[in-house]
Amino acid sequence: MKKDKIIIAIYVDNQYGVLSRVTAMFTRRGFNIDSLTVGETESPAYSRITITLSAAKTDKDQVVSQLRKLYNVKKVVVLSNEECIKRELMLIKVRNGEDVRERIIETANIFRAKIIDLGEEAISIEVTGDSQKIDGFIQNVKAFGIIEMCRTGIVALDRGSTTIWSDHDDD
Amino acid sequence: MKLTGAQIVIETLLEQGVDTVFGFPGATVIDIYDKLYDRSNEIKHVLAAHEQGAAHMADGYARSTGKPGVVIATSGPGATNLVTGIATAFLDSVPVIAITGNVSNSMIGRDAFQEIDITGVTLPITKHNFFVRDIKVLADTIREAFKIATSGRPGPVLIDIPNDIQIGTCDYKPLKKVIPAKPAKADDLTIAKAVELIAECKRPYIYFGGGAVRAGCGAEILALADKIDAFVGCSMMGLSEIPSTHPRFLGMQGMHGHFASSVALAKSDLMIAVGVRFSDRATGKTDRYALNSKKIHIDADFAEIGKNVSVDLGVCCNIKDFLARLTDAVEAKKLPDWEEKIKSLRTRESDAYDDDTFVPREVILEVASKVKPDTRIATDVGQHQMWTAQFYNFRKKHTWLSSGGLGTMGFGLGAAIGASFATGKPSVLITGDGSFGMSLNELATAVTYNVPVTVVIFNNRTLGMVRQWQTLFYDKRYSGTTLERGTDFVKLAEAFGAKGYRADDIDGFRKVFDEAYAYNGPAVIDMKIDPDSMVLPMLRPGGTFDNLVTWKEAENEEG
Repeated sequence: MKKDKIIIAIYVDNQYGVLSRVTAMFTRRGFNIDSLTVGETESPAYSRITITLSAAKTDKDQVVSQLRKLYNVKKVVVLSNEECIKRELMLIKVRNGEDVRERIIETANIFRAKIIDLGEEAISIEVTGDSQKIDGFIQNVKAFGIIEMCRTGIVALDRGSTTIWSDHDDD
Repeated sequence: MKLTGAQIVIETLLEQGVDTVFGFPGATVIDIYDKLYDRSNEIKHVLAAHEQGAAHMADGYARSTGKPGVVIATSGPGATNLVTGIATAFLDSVPVIAITGNVSNSMIGRDAFQEIDITGVTLPITKHNFFVRDIKVLADTIREAFKIATSGRPGPVLIDIPNDIQIGTCDYKPLKKVIPAKPAKADDLTIAKAVELIAECKRPYIYFGGGAVRAGCGAEILALADKIDAFVGCSMMGLSEIPSTHPRFLGMQGMHGHFASSVALAKSDLMIAVGVRFSDRATGKTDRYALNSKKIHIDADFAEIGKNVSVDLGVCCNIKDFLARLTDAVEAKKLPDWEEKIKSLRTRESDAYDDDTFVPREVILEVASKVKPDTRIATDVGQHQMWTAQFYNFRKKHTWLSSGGLGTMGFGLGAAIGASFATGKPSVLITGDGSFGMSLNELATAVTYNVPVTVVIFNNRTLGMVRQWQTLFYDKRYSGTTLERGTDFVKLAEAFGAKGYRADDIDGFRKVFDEAYAYNGPAVIDMKIDPDSMVLPMLRPGGTFDNLVTWKEAENEEG
């Protein structure tokens, strides 16, 4: 069955143990999470979890239904890939050297990435963008030698004045 | 008024209408028990032999009344012993409130004596659970637990209360009993779509399960069936919601369902599924399940729609209201060809059952003919369970107590005891020698409180259901299924202080059953059964309903 990459935004009670309730549902039902971010929202009572996963239509419906059944989950929305803004952040440490420094800096500039730490043996770079851009950056610096990297996973919001509380197609 | 946390627990239970709790004390619930002592005139505490038994009692109490059952256990092993009981209630959507003590907040996370993270352990087997960190939210947490357990699709809720919360004090103001959230009514458009599907159909079949029992919609199902000339079958969890002998009722369908019911479902062109989850034991292979039929699925849980079987019209709503409005809205139908087909299926089935030498059936018919119609019938899990599901004549609602989803051997005795406490009436447990071995310690509880529970052990000296599989599909290699225990169940019953009886054949059973059932206290009948008796028909593992194992085929394999 055809699998689509989907982004799910989840509003949950800002309490201990809620994240494990959410992730336990994925484990228990056999759904695989590609990325997960969690953080504060405009209201201190709630946290927002953004999960991306690859799923066929029936699995997507089941994930959303099972999430909505959880007591601490207040709202679940599948964000449309076209109608949302999404960003991911990566910190990446690349091997430095006389021979490659210029080319690394040039690559960073092309991707509008920021060099945030420069040492004799390593350059640390911050890249922000959608996941494809970050994948692209990794491809471009691979040859220089990646020492370490760390990605946040996607955060996403609806475009325009639409919010998680607005009506969405799958409601 | 200022009360201790332990008092708040008891007062909130009283406020929620609790009259009975099942449990077993220990160090971290000693304060709750202390306050329970003050209120023992209003809340009866039933001391079980083991926390698992206590959990099954709370479950049996809930199943036989629809009211939530309450169980209390101490931290650590007390809490972990509840796990099978909670999971049993979860898989069958039974409202159970489990209250556990835990070590004081200051000790949490230090691996203190009898400390266990029971909210973590029970996370996947509860509808929700709470760890109470603050006494100020204790009363509201308990109220919320009752609301969650009884709203929508019911289920167990666990509340873990550290000991310092029980000792601390806080203001308490009694509130009214919580009212379960009412499911929304279906809109007219959905009803219209259902009417359309019914108008097109020629072979309608209504398939109901535990959700129909919870909704209490047996009368609505039968009214719809009468109007559209549908026939009715159920999952194991649906048993007792409508009378077994109703002319529209074909019986349980599924792995060991009635032949006519299972085949009619496979032949139907419209299935109206009411409060079912399309368990694999009911469907067999889902990609070949009921391929001829369009499907309407009504359930209290929206996540069930399309989970296991895709449907043409799925609706999460107030089931009873939906059925009543649908019945009003549909045109009456008369379907003589379908009636004829059902008649011939029924004839084939009754020809196959036309055999009064099949002892398990005769025993169950005897029980059914002797007990009062409202007697709760509990079972354990295995052949005896399926025979009871097939042959017992259910006449009243909430009389069938059996572990369907989890399939818990050892469920039955606790459930039967819990049912007797709930109804104040005798109950019957039909069990096997294998299952009974898992819970017979609760005979002590039955004796302590002189509970009128009649236990019928189908003693075939094997684990019969597994043996049946080994006979049919594993070349009669009886690995691990022969019970050479030589347990004398009569002496065992007597050792506990119960009555014990033995029967070697159906005549012997008839002689002792009346006395055992009339006895005002626990009585055990050790009934000898042929180890090669089988539960038939049978859906082959991974098979479909047009290829059931039937009586003829099994005869060649028997012995």
